[in-house]
Amino acid sequence: MAAPASYPASAEPTAGFAFILKKAVISALVALVLFFLMIGIRTEAGSSGQLIYWTRFGELASIVGAVFVGSIVIELLRRWIGPVGGVELPASVRGGFAVLGRLLAPALLIFALLVPVIFYNQRYLLDLAILVMTYVMLGWGLNIVVGLAGLLDLGYVAFYAVGAYSYALLAQSGLPFPHFIDTYPYVALDFLQLGQWAFWVLLPVSGLLAALWGVILGFPVLRLRGDYLAIVTLAFGEIIRLVILNWQDLTGGPNGISGIPRPTVFGIPLTPGENGFAAMIGVPFSPTHRLVFLFYLILALALITNWVTIRLRRLPIGRAWEAMREDEVACRALGINITTTKLSAFAIGAMFGGFAGAFFATRQGFISPESFSFQESALVLAIVVLGGMGSQLGVALAAIAMIGGFELFRGLDQFRMLVFGGVMVLLMIWRPRGLIGHRAPTVFLQKRTEISASLVKEGHG
Amino acid sequence: MTTPAPILAIDGLTMRFGGILAINELSFTAQRRQITALIGPNGAGKTTVFNCITGFYRPSGGTMTLVHDDGATFRLDRLHDFRICKYAKVARTFQNIRLFPGMTALENLMVAQHNTLMRASGFSLLGLFGAPSFRAAERQAIDLAREWLQRIGLLDRADDAAGNLPYGDQRRLEIARAMCAQPALLCLDEPAAGLNANESAALSDLLLSIRDDIGTSILLIEHDMSVVMEISDHIVVLDHGVKIADGAPRAVRDNPKVVAAYLGADEEDAAAVMEGGA
Amino acid sequence: MDYFFQQLINGLVLGSIYGLIAIGYTMVYGIVGMINFAHGDIFMIGGFIALITFLILVSIGMTMVPVILLLVLLVAMAVTALYGWTVERIAYRPLRQSFRLAPMLSAIGMSFVLSNFAQVSQGARVKPVPPIITGGYTLHDSGNFAVQLSNVQIVVVVTTIVLLAAFTYIVSRTRFGRDMRACEQDQTMAALLGVDVDRTISMTFVIGAALAAVAGMMYLLYYGLVDFFMGFIAGIKAFTAAVLGGIGSLPGAMLGGLAIGLIETFWSAYFSVEYKDVAAFSILIIVLIFMPTGLLGRPEVEKV
Repeated sequence: MAAPASYPASAEPTAGFAFILKKAVISALVALVLFFLMIGIRTEAGSSGQLIYWTRFGELASIVGAVFVGSIVIELLRRWIGPVGGVELPASVRGGFAVLGRLLAPALLIFALLVPVIFYNQRYLLDLAILVMTYVMLGWGLNIVVGLAGLLDLGYVAFYAVGAYSYALLAQSGLPFPHFIDTYPYVALDFLQLGQWAFWVLLPVSGLLAALWGVILGFPVLRLRGDYLAIVTLAFGEIIRLVILNWQDLTGGPNGISGIPRPTVFGIPLTPGENGFAAMIGVPFSPTHRLVFLFYLILALALITNWVTIRLRRLPIGRAWEAMREDEVACRALGINITTTKLSAFAIGAMFGGFAGAFFATRQGFISPESFSFQESALVLAIVVLGGMGSQLGVALAAIAMIGGFELFRGLDQFRMLVFGGVMVLLMIWRPRGLIGHRAPTVFLQKRTEISASLVKEGHG
Repeated sequence: MTTPAPILAIDGLTMRFGGILAINELSFTAQRRQITALIGPNGAGKTTVFNCITGFYRPSGGTMTLVHDDGATFRLDRLHDFRICKYAKVARTFQNIRLFPGMTALENLMVAQHNTLMRASGFSLLGLFGAPSFRAAERQAIDLAREWLQRIGLLDRADDAAGNLPYGDQRRLEIARAMCAQPALLCLDEPAAGLNANESAALSDLLLSIRDDIGTSILLIEHDMSVVMEISDHIVVLDHGVKIADGAPRAVRDNPKVVAAYLGADEEDAAAVMEGGA
Repeated sequence: MDYFFQQLINGLVLGSIYGLIAIGYTMVYGIVGMINFAHGDIFMIGGFIALITFLILVSIGMTMVPVILLLVLLVAMAVTALYGWTVERIAYRPLRQSFRLAPMLSAIGMSFVLSNFAQVSQGARVKPVPPIITGGYTLHDSGNFAVQLSNVQIVVVVTTIVLLAAFTYIVSRTRFGRDMRACEQDQTMAALLGVDVDRTISMTFVIGAALAAVAGMMYLLYYGLVDFFMGFIAGIKAFTAAVLGGIGSLPGAMLGGLAIGLIETFWSAYFSVEYKDVAAFSILIIVLIFMPTGLLGRPEVEKV
């Protein structure tokens, strides 16, 4: 990590408007050079394959102008507000926030329970809520690995993919290998005969398979630390995606798998007709029933994830995870087996990723490798880091903010990822330790005192 | 009364890093319920010996044998890593304090009881559903931690982050954490470094009470000769990875080879050896 | 045997490109200890700048290929270097004293920004260019297979060698190089001794980006196309190269680049094209697990 005090933070206390102007002019000039070719000239492959171009100096001028004005505005704001991140809130305000924070979690839970009631007639919002909850669950799952154990995992989407494909393949064809089915027909038949129970049996199976992959992938990377671990997990994630993409016989390659069985209310399908859930409880059939059911399903899965994490944190295994994040060498000196401790974090995190993957498959009814790109891993990691590593509430808030915000920019279409990347950079600069920047102790004698994030380590592995 | 077997017998310990011979054929014993001090000028290889004993380095040669009170015998040179603490019950502290700074003092002491609690929690399964047997074990663990916090005078700071404690308190907390692992042998790497005279005196008392009241054997690396001369039962002097003296404090202090080693290294250290504890 | 030699040539050319990108990773990692995730996208931007400059020069009627190439090279290096500088200034400098994860996520965000900026400003479609440098030599012809060495391949390799020599000179002989190595060792101490740490780090990013621009231009010449998504995979492979060579080591980065280029080419030629990226990633994992210090890296001793 960089050494402290190597550069003075904004050493221009008294400079006046001339300075601001000079800075803005320089920024505008830099922007002009950066954008002159990339924005001023637009290239495109012409009709006969040759390259053509046209100029867009109007757009160029407006962007350079925007940079000029923006630079002035930012500089003025900086003067008024003071340096970013240097503001320490007074104790009374922080106390108020703490009370608010304690009320926030139950309030969010109640709101979540009521979402299908409030938005019953807005399918779009219900869909969005399901999506947000999926990411809350993924965030909570990854939080075990990154936030608690301090292991930087950039390939979390791999377990999401393993869960989704496990469910899809097992539910659709019993067992994926034709010769296996020929050899052991009864095993395959058992899977196919699950019928309406397929989801409920295969959900834990998918989670366990993902956990198994967590151990398989976790084992070789035990010795790696920090950035190396990050890049190896990224590579694992990409390998899984590439294998899915290229193993066409098994996975359908880029075309994906469609017709994945939908979930049932414990064996009762959510379909119109005699045997459907609507007919059973005697209400007219509506496609919204499935959405509501899916929402409560993912809410339940996410809450299980949350409950397990909170419990584990107070158990020796959870404390060992956090201790490992703080100081691995000291852990070894205290007789803690680092190997099993790391593997357990990988496996449990992967398992929840697998559950979420199986849910994703059953919700969409269709999966393809596109849904499991590196961007998903980066998104989930951003949720965890922005949430404040290790904080369950922070992760939930970050998921709502990121996925909700991402949806707000749906209209921007192709600018979406651009804005998303920019927001990621700004959020990191604004709050490098995330929204909830303190750690709650797992056990106490007299009173539970929050621990400031500046003391909490991020882990080395 | 028969003389009890030494808790730790080191025989011909050798440690090589590439071409550098850090420890050369070192042999000494540490007696049960005694404080054995390992001293020597900077770079003599003291911490390397510790790292071999506690499983961080695998020695290039030699044997290290640890015998528990019940006669259970462990070959430390064959055990490795966390197993030394878990099975052979050797706990240590570090020259540059290695607490878990983002966890409270109490949590630090709870982590030290990991293996006991892990068994009690049925490897997390029983614990996950709050089995009564686990709750009882956890209460016991908290009681042990509370007892140690009391001993080191940090009971009122139990719920503060370890990283927020003053330096001297952190030193003592690290010793308490090692003791919560309920070791047969406690290895302390310069516990008095950076402490003032009062704190050093308190530390001496703490170590004596660990030896006399708990009955734990202590192996100590220390530069502060007033502490070493006051509390050690036995001193081993290392220089350039070789043992140059071994004996009771007084005998070691008067040993001309020791004086020469310190004089050769640093005159102030030599003076400290001559005057320390006298 | 001829087929083997042909693959050897192709692999070395591809490896030169990876090596040029890898130097940027290795330098930045050496000095600020972070993986510059946006570096692959800097390479992609370099390719685009080269493409557009080339298009303009041709359309204003320039015909002398060597002059065009030289101008394209200079413009691409200069503009892309400014991209590198800007990225460091905006996304990394405010986080230099921060926690480890923050700069990494900031870098990932910056990578999204750059690749999607290219997509938005230049469109998502692949941009092809006609072959600029044509011709070549037939080294050996056995009747059914001829070993070809094209002029493009010669240009790529020669440019790489020349730039590498110039760059090695800068790092080992100039004041900047000395400052850079001082900052790698200890930034606080370097600052106390009068080294302008900020400027040195900025320069590191600038040089890394300039070399990535060269790689982008070589890629354009060699494959005749650029697209906005090419930075991601190329970036990871170049990072693999940097690690394989021993991160922090400049000759190591080049060596690692050549190794990755050869492995990828031979894998595609003899096993399967679809799984060539899987092969590259697997090698990354194997190298990191079994020789984390790489080929020329310094071993790290665990301090207790």
